[in-house]
Parts: sequence; structure tokens; C-alpha cells
Amino acid sequence: MTTLAAATGTPISINRRMVAAGTFILFGLIDIFVFGLFAHPGDATFTLSVSSSAVHVPTIHAPAATVAYTLGAASIVIGLFAAFVDLSKGVRRLNITLVLLFFVISLLCWAYAGSAIPLNVVNLLQSTMNLSIPLVLGALAGCMCERSGVINIAIEGQLLLGAFAAAVVASAFGILWLGLITGSLAGGVLGALLAVFSIQFLADQIILGVVLNVLAAGLTGYLNDRILVSHPDLNSGLTFNAVKIPGLGDIPIIGPIFFDSTIFLYIMYLMIILVQVGLFSTRWGLRVRAVGEHPTAADTVGIRVRATRYRNVILGGLIAGIGGAYLTLGSVGTFTKDMSSGLGYIALAAMIFGRWTPLGATAAALLFGFANSLQATLSTINVPIPSYILLTAPYVATIIAVAGLVGRVRAPAADGKPYVKV
Amino acid sequence: MSAEQPGPAAGGPSARRTATLNHTIVSAIVEGSPTVVTFLAILAAVVLGGLLIAFSDPTVLHAWSTFFADPGNAFALAWDAASGAYVAMFEGAIVNPHTVAAAFHGGSVGAIFYPLSQTASNATPLILTGLSVAIAFRAGLFNIGAAGQWVGGAIVATYLGFAVNLPPVVHLIVCLLGGFAGGAVIGWLVGELKARTGAHEVIVTIMLNYIMYNLLSFLLSTPTALQEPGQSNLISPNLAANARLPHAGGPPPQVDLGFLVGIAAAVGLWWLLSRSTVGFQFRAVGANPSAARSAGMDVERSWVLVMLLAGGLAGLGGAAVILGPLQQLTFNSYGTYGFDGITVALLGRASPLGVVLAALLFGALHAGGTNMEAATQVPSDIVEVLQGLIVLFVAAPPLIRAMFRLRRARAAGLEAVPKGWNP
Repeated sequence: MTTLAAATGTPISINRRMVAAGTFILFGLIDIFVFGLFAHPGDATFTLSVSSSAVHVPTIHAPAATVAYTLGAASIVIGLFAAFVDLSKGVRRLNITLVLLFFVISLLCWAYAGSAIPLNVVNLLQSTMNLSIPLVLGALAGCMCERSGVINIAIEGQLLLGAFAAAVVASAFGILWLGLITGSLAGGVLGALLAVFSIQFLADQIILGVVLNVLAAGLTGYLNDRILVSHPDLNSGLTFNAVKIPGLGDIPIIGPIFFDSTIFLYIMYLMIILVQVGLFSTRWGLRVRAVGEHPTAADTVGIRVRATRYRNVILGGLIAGIGGAYLTLGSVGTFTKDMSSGLGYIALAAMIFGRWTPLGATAAALLFGFANSLQATLSTINVPIPSYILLTAPYVATIIAVAGLVGRVRAPAADGKPYVKV
Repeated sequence: MSAEQPGPAAGGPSARRTATLNHTIVSAIVEGSPTVVTFLAILAAVVLGGLLIAFSDPTVLHAWSTFFADPGNAFALAWDAASGAYVAMFEGAIVNPHTVAAAFHGGSVGAIFYPLSQTASNATPLILTGLSVAIAFRAGLFNIGAAGQWVGGAIVATYLGFAVNLPPVVHLIVCLLGGFAGGAVIGWLVGELKARTGAHEVIVTIMLNYIMYNLLSFLLSTPTALQEPGQSNLISPNLAANARLPHAGGPPPQVDLGFLVGIAAAVGLWWLLSRSTVGFQFRAVGANPSAARSAGMDVERSWVLVMLLAGGLAGLGGAAVILGPLQQLTFNSYGTYGFDGITVALLGRASPLGVVLAALLFGALHAGGTNMEAATQVPSDIVEVLQGLIVLFVAAPPLIRAMFRLRRARAAGLEAVPKGWNP
């Protein structure tokens, strides 16, 4: 294995550079020949303020075709630059970000050129943040588990069970907070099951995750049909209200996007900080990562491997459960069957896309959230791209990512391997 | 041969064989052979499912809230709720005594076999998606993408089914082959990406599932592709008469030729895995890729080939459902066939015979669940819970051993399953 990797290492990396450059140029060509050439004459209008805000931000009128041509040309220049110049990691990432950004702006200009309805950028980004909450929390849960060496495919089930428990308890007692806590605990219970079966009974973790998802879907679906349908008072659709943070929430543009939402967005910020700092800047995190990379070595220096894994898997479940609670209490209120609809798997992909780091996973989750939000926005105006094709964009992006465009991703070395003391 | 065997001289070879057979059976039960563990896992799941059925029943819950008033009644009601649901399940999946009695009084004899035909019909796609996941397991790959590959096969089979005009038998064969090809392309893509770039098949297959779901909706919303002309719903035209799988006998028993296609695929896969060089390479790659590579096997080529076959089998499952019971494709036809395939493959321990048996069990659960929901108002989602519990217990033999106080024995889990993300 190692010899093969060593032998083929160099050609792959050159190959990959060319693939990246080719992709950039392709995006640039799409900017020019699709969005530029086929844009309706006229300006695309972008509004930057919400109706309730005190400060009025002027709207932007962009000449659609010109913008698309310019940004497309810029993308091609970046592509050529990437093909012939050996770039540092930071510059490479900047390039990817820029090309994607140019692509999105060209797309929006093309879609809204000459349109009577302006695009409200603030609303678009607001819904991006909201749609990202379960993805970010799920991806953070994945980081917690996998950094300690336990694969968590059960994020989907944790979200679903969390959503169910939160809705039922909040409705039964009429206390939203209690629902939030129960939702989190429900995710933790599924995490505990994952921990017991993988750490104690050494069951295969990928299989276990899939099975727990089936179990959570079956259980919530069964209880929904059996109990919630005949007792609508147990699924009454309570939701948290948005809380505007004083001061910060009044900043134009930034305020409504980041500081005027339900408690879940603020919990998400807190969790990102806690998981990132916890895993990478504390002694506890160093130990967790040691357990995930080399459990035998960690055990030798006196770290309790199994206890660490138990703790992390259950903590991860608790975080994912909050994401589940968002699906009901933070968003639509009522529980419906299979309402997580694959978000847990997207969160898993975001975690891998983000290379098992909390910040990377958050960025990837935000990207997925943005794609969904964009799709929802574009489906309201008459865009000639079928929304179903647009919906596949994040999934295609993930495949391109894991196939190596953004460099090879590597999981923690002991991820998925049960630890048996010999 | 018997002369070389050491052992007690008393009794002939046949007596000795009986003694070893008895010993084998006893030790299998005491130590928990895979078969015994599977059986106990099903038992444990049925008990837990029964408790769930009983204690979500309003009358039972009411009786238990006043438990001390009449403890006997509380237990009796709980038992009635669970056993009633399971009896209805049995009647919907295996045989209903009422139809047998009716047959003696001039009723239809065919009606007796209706539940069994439902079971077989429900099992057909599960056999094929189960085989798809199983063959990947044997080569050390985890195919979560049977759902997407199912869609790929269903798309091609549907299109060939209504857009092409061919003579009777030929049309059916073309549709089935098209279904295989449609799934195989998706599977091949996964294998090729893994072989060339090391992209993990779990992620790629999950993503391809969603891509295929959206592609299906897109094609079904495009009148020039799969949408029925004049429709605003996401639905395809009905298949041509020649492209439909023939039924076994008249309308009441619903099983069709697709079941035989599934069985044939299982036999073919058994031959491939245990009697052919290619199958040996698959298993070697699954057991230890580094050793297989040292032995001169092309590991990457095996991955591509296995995923191609796995995709094809799942695609064939899609074709069997569309050409058989459904007759037209809708945006949610894929149901849970792909994910059920994973549980089927796990329960069947990734062997073709095991997959067929597991698919029949889950097919029976599905057929019975439908009948149970109609007869007792217990939601059929309980089937999903049972499926999950069974596989949960099968995946953890030490738990079953601990629960039933079996002695420690050789490993009874799956031998070749992927461990972790890193290749």
C-alpha cells in the first residue's frame, strides 16, 4: 500500500493540479458562455436591507452580462495561474473560494437580469444560516465522535430522534426549553447506543450507524402514526421566537444575518467555538485526538481509551440532538415522518469535506446550506435551470471534493477500529 | 479415509458420524453458531417489538395506569395487543386459516397462496438489492448506494419499457438488461473513482443516491424524457404490454417472474463467488487487499468490477419492481429498497443463500405489516423497527451471547467488512 502510494504519488499530484485548473477554467467558461451570453438584457437588482431595519442600505444594480463576462474571465485567469504556477495551500484555497464566489454571482446576475423582482441578498443569507444549523451541529457531532475513533453514520437518526423528542416534550409540557433539552438527550441516547455497541460489543461502526438510522426512522414513524396522529396536542407545533441581540442585531446587513435568529443559531456559534477550542487547544482535546489516532500509544501513557470514546460519542449525540430539536422547535414546529430527509448524511459529508476539523466542517455545512437556500430562492422566480439539477450541485461538489480536487482527505488513523486491550 | 481417523473403535463409521453430528448441533447451540445467533436475534427483536406494540396501545396503557386494580387484565391486554398484531402479520405473510377453511367450502384455492405470493413479491427487490450490498461486502466495500443504483436501473428499464417497440419476449429481456446496465453505470462510477482517486465509496454512494433521486425527479418532470405527456405530476407513462413481467397465475397471487430473476441472480452470484477465479479474487481482496496485491491480484480492477456488478444487481432490482408490480415509475418509487438491501445483506451474512432467506423474511415482514395495519391499526412502521433490531443484534454477537448466556465461541460476525474510512 505504502509503496504503491509512494510510486504513484508524484503523477497524481500533478494530475490533480491540472484537474483543479481545468475545473476553474470550466467554471469560467460557464460564467461567460452560459450566464453572460444568455443573460436577459438589463440589470440584475440586489437589495441589501430587510424591511424592518432602521438603516436603509442602497440597492445594487448590476449590468448582468458585463458582470458575468468579467468574473468568467477572472476565473479563467485563476485557472491558468493554478495550472502553471506552484501555489501554496492558502492561495489554492483562496482560488477555490473565489472561483465559486464568481460562479454564484454570475449565476445570480443571469437569473435576475431584467427581472422585476429584486433578489434580497440578506434574506438569502439569513435562510442560509438557518438551513445550516442542523448541518453544522450534525457535522460537529461527527467531529466529536470520529476524532475519538468512532465512526458516526447515525447522525441522521440522532437528528430525527431529537426532532421527535423535542416536539413531543415541548408540546406535552408547553415548555420550549424542556423540549430542546429532551431533543438533545434523545440524540445522546442514540449516541450511547452507538457507543455501547461499538465499544463494548465491537460491532462494525458503519453497519451500526446505518442500522441505528433505520431504527430511529422506524421508531419515530411508528410512534408518529400510533400516537401523534390521534393526539395532535402532543405535536402542537410550538417554535422558539427570534431573539435579536441588542446592538449587534442592528448593524445593517450583518445584523439580520448573524444576530437576529432563534436561540439555535447562538447555540450553534457556541458549539463551534467549544468543539474547535476543545479539540485543538486543550489538554482534553489532545487526549481525544491521541485516542483517535493511536489508541495503543494513548493507553500506554495512561489515557483511558474506552472512557474517552464513550464520553465523546455521547457528547456528539447530545450536540446532534440539538440540531434535531431545531428541525421542529426552531423551524416548522410540528414533527413529520422522516423529516430529517437525509440532512444527517449531508452533515457526514460536510464533516469529511471539512477534513474532520470543526471549522472546516462548519464551512462545508454552510456551503451546503447556501446551496439549498439558493435553490429555494431560485425556484420562486422563473429560472430556466430545472431546480432538480440545481439541487444536485452540493452532492456533485462533495464527490469532486472526496475524489481529490481539494487535496486528499485523511480520517483519524484509528477511526472505525474498535480498541481491544491485549 | 476412516482408517486414518483416530477415535474410538466402537460403532461403525455411521455411528461415529451421528455422534459428531450431535456434537456439532449441541456445540452450535451452546456456543452460538451464526445460525443460532441469527435465530436468537430475530427472537429478541420480536419480543422487543411486541413490547413496543403493546405499550403504545391506548387500551393497554390505560389498563397499566390502573395496574393494581386488576393486574391480570393488564397483562392479558398487553398480550392480546402484541399477539393480535403478530397473528395478523402471519396471516398476511404466510397463510390465513380463514382462506383455508373457505377453500373447503367452495372458496378459491388460489386465495390460500395469496399471502405467500405477497411475501415473494415483496422479497424480489430485496433479494436483488441485498445481493448488490452483499457482493460489495465480500470484496470489502460498503455499498450504501443500492438506492441510487436502483433508480438508475429503474430509469433505463422504464424508458425502454414505453419508448421502444419490440416483440414479446425480446422486449422484456432488453428491459431487464437495460435495468442491469443502468445500475451498473452508477456502480462502475463509484468503483472507478475509488480505484483512481481513493474516494471513499460510502461518501460517493451516499452522494450519488441524492443525485439519482433528483435526476429521477428531473426526468419525470421533463415531458421529452420520462414524463407522461399531458401530466403535471412526476409520473411516467405506463409500460408497453410486452415489457411487463408475466404473473405466475391469474390476478390474485401477485408474484411475477421477477422472483425467479432474483433467485437466478442469487444462484449466479453463488457460482461466481465460490466457483470462479474472479470470485476468488473478490474474496481475497475483501479479506486482505495488501495480501491480494502481493499475490499479484489487481485490487483496483476488482473494486471496479465488484461495484459494477453490485450496481447492476441493484439496477436489476429496479427493473424487476417497475416491470413487475408497479408498471410505471414515479418520483418516490425507490422507497426503501436500497437501505433494506443493507439490512438484508447483513442478516444474510453476505452469502447468496443467506441473502435470499433474509429477503424472504423481510418480504414476509413487509407483506405481513401491510395486512397488520389494515387489520389491527398498528402502523406498519413497526416492520422497520423489527428490521433494525434484528440487524442490530446480528451485528453484535457478543450481546446475544450475553443475553442468552451462551459460551464464547469463534467469531460469528461478518468476516469481510470495511473498517474505517482510510483505505
